[in-house]
Amino acid sequence: MGWFERTYNRIKKGKKKIDVPDGLWTKCVNCSEIIYNKTLDDNLRVCPKCGYHFYIGARRRIEITLDKDSFVEYNSKIYSHNPLDFPGYEEKLKKGEQTTGLDEAVVIGEGKLGGKSVAIGVTDFGFMGGSMGSVVGERLTIIIERAIEKKLPLIIISGSGGGARMQEGVLSLMQMVKTSSAIAELKSKGGLYISVLTNPTMGGAMASFASRGDIIIAEPGALLGFAGPRVIMQTIKQQMPKNFQKAESLLEHGMVDLVVERPNIRPTLIKILNFLL
Amino acid sequence: MDQQSQRYVLDFERPIAELERKIQELKNLAKREGIDLSEEIQRMENRLQKLEAETFLNLTPWQRVQLARHPLRPKTLSLVNMIFDEWMQLHGDRLYSDDQAIVGGFGRINAYRFVFIGHQKGESIKENLKRNFGMAHPEGYRKANRLMSLAERFGLPIISFIDTPGAYPGIEAEQRGQAEAIAANLEKMSHLKVPIIVVIIGEGGSGGALGIGVGDKVLMLENAIYSVISPEGCAAILWKDQTKVEEAAAALKLTAQDLLKLGIIDKIVPEPRGGAHRDIEKTANNIKEAILEEIKILSEISPEELVAKRKEKYRKMGKFRSNKDE
Ligand SMILES: [Zn+2]
Repeated sequence: MGWFERTYNRIKKGKKKIDVPDGLWTKCVNCSEIIYNKTLDDNLRVCPKCGYHFYIGARRRIEITLDKDSFVEYNSKIYSHNPLDFPGYEEKLKKGEQTTGLDEAVVIGEGKLGGKSVAIGVTDFGFMGGSMGSVVGERLTIIIERAIEKKLPLIIISGSGGGARMQEGVLSLMQMVKTSSAIAELKSKGGLYISVLTNPTMGGAMASFASRGDIIIAEPGALLGFAGPRVIMQTIKQQMPKNFQKAESLLEHGMVDLVVERPNIRPTLIKILNFLL
Repeated sequence: MDQQSQRYVLDFERPIAELERKIQELKNLAKREGIDLSEEIQRMENRLQKLEAETFLNLTPWQRVQLARHPLRPKTLSLVNMIFDEWMQLHGDRLYSDDQAIVGGFGRINAYRFVFIGHQKGESIKENLKRNFGMAHPEGYRKANRLMSLAERFGLPIISFIDTPGAYPGIEAEQRGQAEAIAANLEKMSHLKVPIIVVIIGEGGSGGALGIGVGDKVLMLENAIYSVISPEGCAAILWKDQTKVEEAAAALKLTAQDLLKLGIIDKIVPEPRGGAHRDIEKTANNIKEAILEEIKILSEISPEELVAKRKEKYRKMGKFRSNKDE
C-alpha cells in the first residue's frame, strides 16, 4: 500500500513547487509540460500534450461519466471507525476527508447513462489510496445488491492503489470476499457488470471485484495488477519489462477488453449498454 | 529437544534451550561419575517447566509470527499424510502448468471423502526453491479452482490448508493475471455447493492466503497467523522502519486469538506446547479431530442452505458505525 501513497504525495509536492501562483498551473508528471489548470480541467484532466491521465476525484468522475444531473447518491449512513485501534488511522481518515471532500474512499448511487438507468460505484484514489476497508466493501456490496434487486447494469470505476486497507487488518480482506460474493450473485442472476480500471488499481481491489467485470475497460497508462512494482522489484531484483502492469500491457496479455481514453469512456459505456440491453 | 530442533532455536526460546542444555550436562555428569544428582536435576526440571509455561502461555504476536514461520513447522503434505487414512495428489491447472506452491487431491478420513487443496512450503531449502516458498502463481489458484469444480460435481467437501507468505509478486505472475486468478476463486468459493473447511496451519499471507481461504468454517492453529500485510511491510509503511516488527505484529491483530474475537475465524485448534513442530503427529491429530467435528455438522446441511449460510456469514463481515460524529 505504501508505495502508492508515497508516489501520490510526491506528485502532489512536485506540483506545488511550480504552482505560480498557487493552483493556477500544473506540471505534467509525464512530459513536464506546464499546463494551465483551467485547460487541464476542460480536458478532463488529460495532458493536452502527451495524453497523460491525471488523477480525478470520484465526484468529478461521476459527473463526466453519467448523463447530466442524473446521479442520485445512495447515502448508506455507514462510516469508518478504528476497529483494531490501529495507530494513526483516525488521522488518515481525516486527511482523506480533507483531500477529497468525501467521507470515505467510495461514492455509490444510481444514475443514467445514455438514458439507461445504471447502478454505479466509484472509488477515489485520493482518499487513503482508494483502499478498501469495511465501509468501502459494504458500500460496494450495497450498490451491487441494488443492481441485482432493481435489475440494473452495474458499473464500478476503480482507482484503488491501496488495495485492502492495512489499518483494518483481516477485516479488509473479508471485504474482498463480500464484494466477490455479491458480484457472483449478480452474474448468476443474469446481471451485467462493467469494470472500469483507472490509475492505479492494485492488490485487494484488483484481486476481488475490479478484475472480474463481464467487460473490463482501462484508462491509458493506468497501473494495474496484484503486487506493487516496488515489492516485485525487491523480490526479483531485475528490471521490469516496458509497460509492465500498464493498461496497454494488460490488454496485450488478455486481462482487459479495451484501453479507452478518458473522453471516450462515456460513449464506450453507452455503446456497450445499447448493444447488450 | 532433539538436535535438529536445536539448530532452530528462536530468540525467545534461548533461555529454555540453555536450561535444557544444562540439565543434559548434569545428567551426563551424573552418569559419567556415577554420582547422584537427581535432586539438583529435579530442581532444574521444575524450573524448566515453569519457564516453558511462562514463555509459551504468554506468547506475544511477534513470537507467534516466528512460530508460524518456523522452518520445522509441519507443512500441508506432511499433515495430509497424517490426517487422511488414504490420499492421492492431482496435478495441473489445464491452462498453463502445475504450480508446486499449491497442492491438491483426494483424501479420506473414515467414511468421509474429501478434496483437499493447500499451499505447500518446502521442507528443505532445495524443496523450497521448487515450491517457491509456498508463494503461488496464478496457475496454482487455477489448479485449486479446477479441483473445487470437481469436488462440487461429485458432492465432495473441501479441506483447504493455508500456509503462504503471500501470492508470488513476480513479472510472469502478474502477466498471467494473479489478481484475476485469486478473484475468480473468491467468487467460486462464495457460491460452491459443497462444504468448505479452511485450516490456517502456518502463515496466512493476505490475498494469497484468501485465494483458497473462503469457507463455511475457518479453523486456525493456535500459533498460526493471518494478516493483510506482513509485519515487516507494515512496519516499513507505518514507522519507515522494518525492524519495528513487534509493534506491527501487535497492531495488525494477526493472531488466532485476535481473529476469533473479531469473528473472522470460527475455532482455534490447539498446538503442542512450544509450537506445532514439537509434536507433528499430535498437531495433525488435533486438526483431524477438529475437521471431523465440523464435517459431521456440515454434511447434514443441504447444499442450498450451506451456500445461503456462507453468503450470509461473509455478508456480515466488517466493522463500521452508523453515526458520523460518534
Ligand atoms: Zn504531458
